Amino acid sequence: MGAQLRVYKRRIRSVSATKKITKAMEMIAASRVVKAQRKVAASTPYATELTRAVTAVGTGSNTKHPLTTQAETVTRSAVLLLTSDRGLAGAFNSNAIKAAERLTERLEREGKQVDTYIVGRRGVAHYNFRERKITESWTGFTDEPTYADAKKVAAPLIEAIETETANGGVDELHIVYTEFVSMMTQTALDDRLLPLSLEEVAEETAPKGEILPLYEFEPSAEDVLDALLPRYVESRIYNALLQSAASKHAATRRAMKSATDNAGELIENLTRLANAARQAEITQEISEIVGGASALADATAGSDR
Amino acid sequence: MAAELHVELVAADRQVWSGEATLVVARTTSGDIGVMPGHQPLLGVLESGPVTIRTSDGATVVAAVHGGFISFADNKLSLLAEIAELADEIDVQRAQRELERAKAEGDSTAERRAEVRLRAVSAH
Repeated sequence: MGAQLRVYKRRIRSVSATKKITKAMEMIAASRVVKAQRKVAASTPYATELTRAVTAVGTGSNTKHPLTTQAETVTRSAVLLLTSDRGLAGAFNSNAIKAAERLTERLEREGKQVDTYIVGRRGVAHYNFRERKITESWTGFTDEPTYADAKKVAAPLIEAIETETANGGVDELHIVYTEFVSMMTQTALDDRLLPLSLEEVAEETAPKGEILPLYEFEPSAEDVLDALLPRYVESRIYNALLQSAASKHAATRRAMKSATDNAGELIENLTRLANAARQAEITQEISEIVGGASALADATAGSDR
Repeated sequence: MAAELHVELVAADRQVWSGEATLVVARTTSGDIGVMPGHQPLLGVLESGPVTIRTSDGATVVAAVHGGFISFADNKLSLLAEIAELADEIDVQRAQRELERAKAEGDSTAERRAEVRLRAVSAH
């Protein structure tokens, strides 16, 4: 076998091995998307009921709470960025990071100081490499976040909101995550999570014209709100984590699908080249044989004379 | 037909139980509360404790609930909990082990959690 042909054969073998791996990763990601979507769906009843309850307290009483009061001048905001622990997901992480950077820039232009909180190794690595300050970060659960993880993330954020700004607290909390729109579309977006505007929550949930009943609060409206709002924030963060995980898997699936497609194309091209090389080799061999034979014939013809 | 109320028991990550009931007893921070059909709209904070649901066919469903809320309006009762388990789902041996471990380590929340689980099973 010629040297050229051997090189092509070797490259085809290595590309096929890669293709098998990417194909497997694509299928794993596809099954994980379904699982993640199911988790999003399973967490919906809790979120809807909680939102209803928040709306009920918000509209049924005039209680004030640090999580719902807007500071007169916002001097410091927190940005929570959700990325994934692992790459191989196309532009998933860079889109989320870019969205966070745009938001940070906007907030800084408005004269606010920005504290960054990050979930996921990718985001942490990005910020560390640029030597930017991370206030707090969490890693290790982005593929399959649980409610306990969301609580862990929410706790310091709620605490920061409740602290006075002069003592290192923040006035508002933004969250940047990737919304799972469909298998093909995932968009990185930012959302102001706190302070909560109860009117907005009410508008989002209550169907038009529905009159919420007058609730009796047990033990009191303040206590209920006190207990309810942190749970609401946790459930919002939990939902964002789940959507982010689903989006990540969908992005991985798409990236791996195009990798598999590209590998297939590469194999096809290499096979063509290998065939041409083999053909050239055969042609050369034939012409060598023919050449040799005619040289021999010429020589014998010469000796005959 | 006796009056009924619709109950949804949901945990943060799943729906635990849903169905029709005639009476629901839960523990709020200011004491046990029983809700029957036609109760006044109510929104309360739950303590960790067992929740008892008397279903419309006379059976009793007991669940261990750790923190959360009870809300009742329009004959619909929602029990929201971060963690909620039906008594049938609770692994008694594991809960007992947990209880002993929590006692040994002086972890009062874990101890309370395990205790509530065991109480829910025994009430079942």
